[in-house]
Amino acid sequence: MSAVSPFQETTDKPLDAEALKRDFPILQQPMSGKPLAFLDSAASAQTPERVIEAEARVYREYYANIHRGVYKLSQQATQAYEGVRAKVRDLINAPDEREIVYVRGTTEAINLVAHSFVRPRLQAGDEILITEMEHHSNIVPWQVLAEETGAHLVVVPIDDNGEIDPADFSARISERTKFASVVHVSNVLGTINPVEDLTRRAHERGVPILVDGAQAVPHRPVDVQAIGCDFYCFSAHKVYGPSGIGALWGRYELLADMPPYQSGGDMIRYVTLAKTEYAKPPQRFEAGTPNIAGVIAMGEGIDYLREVGPAAVARHEQALLAYANERLSQIEGLRIIGNAENKAGVISFVIDGAHPHDMGTIMDQEGVAIRAGHHCAQPVMDHFGLAATARASFGLYNTEADVDALVRGIDKVKELFG
Amino acid sequence: MSDVSDLYQEVILDHNKQPRNKRDVEPHSHEADGYNPLCGDKVTIQVRVQDGVIDDVAFKGDGCAISTASASIMTESLRGLTLEQARDFFHRFHHLVTTDDVQPDSDMGKVAVLAGVRDYPMRVKCATLAWHTLEAALEGQEEISTE
Repeated sequence: MSAVSPFQETTDKPLDAEALKRDFPILQQPMSGKPLAFLDSAASAQTPERVIEAEARVYREYYANIHRGVYKLSQQATQAYEGVRAKVRDLINAPDEREIVYVRGTTEAINLVAHSFVRPRLQAGDEILITEMEHHSNIVPWQVLAEETGAHLVVVPIDDNGEIDPADFSARISERTKFASVVHVSNVLGTINPVEDLTRRAHERGVPILVDGAQAVPHRPVDVQAIGCDFYCFSAHKVYGPSGIGALWGRYELLADMPPYQSGGDMIRYVTLAKTEYAKPPQRFEAGTPNIAGVIAMGEGIDYLREVGPAAVARHEQALLAYANERLSQIEGLRIIGNAENKAGVISFVIDGAHPHDMGTIMDQEGVAIRAGHHCAQPVMDHFGLAATARASFGLYNTEADVDALVRGIDKVKELFG
Repeated sequence: MSDVSDLYQEVILDHNKQPRNKRDVEPHSHEADGYNPLCGDKVTIQVRVQDGVIDDVAFKGDGCAISTASASIMTESLRGLTLEQARDFFHRFHHLVTTDDVQPDSDMGKVAVLAGVRDYPMRVKCATLAWHTLEAALEGQEEISTE
């Protein structure tokens, strides 16, 4: 297995966000008569022209169902579809492309692991370990599973900076802990969790671990072999690709032992009316005609990100975060939620006397798109005693001018609500 | 799209900053909780109905300026109305905030300032949450959601 990540970047040249922004048609249109400052990439990133074109080309030039026809169109579609596994493998430095399962997104990946890996191992009284900063997609599947099996959910709390204590994570592992599932980067707080350390701690006690990479893959180099985890997943729509598609990586020996998640066509080796022999991974987990063009467009989004360079993106977004922190911390009555030492390009905040939903509406009139709400992470909101926050999040196309527009939007909010 | 100051009129900002009737109604005859799962806003409405007339109505909870002001204005508008009049008022209010070019009736008073919300479809539920909750309270439901 390769110990060196194939995407190691040899240059530390900064990226030109202004130029990259021109790759995104949607970002060229004015919003409320003003230039659009799109600051909601943590919810979903925008799509560059070449990804839109890649998806359209499938339907224009070589669309056919995969794994079936012997005619050229089907071969070409199958090759393009299967070829994306190697792109995903390289993006996260997985050892083997047969370990890449296409899913609808991070949510489905977690549900798949809950159903096919964890559920058969679970008995009443067993425990599943998560953290307080999880997205609902990494809470609810485990709650459902716990309810069905009589298992318990054990939660590692966060502190007021939005960090968990790795020693506390270890302390909450018991003899009954059968699985751990943790977020790599928090979608609300921006906290980058020490997932290598957490994985080591879980494995010391023989506990397999899934890392939810939805907010990590688009923003920094990810190396699942360095992390050492057992499962890793992300969604394409946050990686400059289309919605409704994503990938699960799992260790082959684990995938090979798992029963299917859904059953039907294209996941079988042999079917008689009495019995079915399942296909090997990854096909075993891909029943039915999949999102063929979506997978191919996901591959194009991955190519785009790798050409820009995940390390360059991380540096760019760090610089933007530092700039936004500096500007926002000078605003009276504004409080930033989440002050982890190791933080990605996500900045949640509240303003005295102004509800985040009102902020969202007012900023929209200024051409500034931010998220307002609970961000599908209500336990995080509860921790800070809030119903909602406003959140600005960055992508590779954001510039300091977008942050300046955000600050102008906040000024407008304060004018009305100050 | 209209200017944002058409939505956030002075009356709305005032009722948001200093909500009227944000308190308990003791004793009350009806009560319900309203919840908007989209934004997490919660409101509790308590009413005392005497001889078929709304004798007192008040709210509690946290929400955005639109939902707070709407709840506050609602409590001022409905006191003294019969249940039938209140229901009719609610339906006219709902029509006002969801239908273009509808003019407020002369008896609607301050409620008219909420009409601007119809230009912001994502925010209509903020304006109607307290009203739906009141309707639920009067109908004997204990909990409603805007979903």
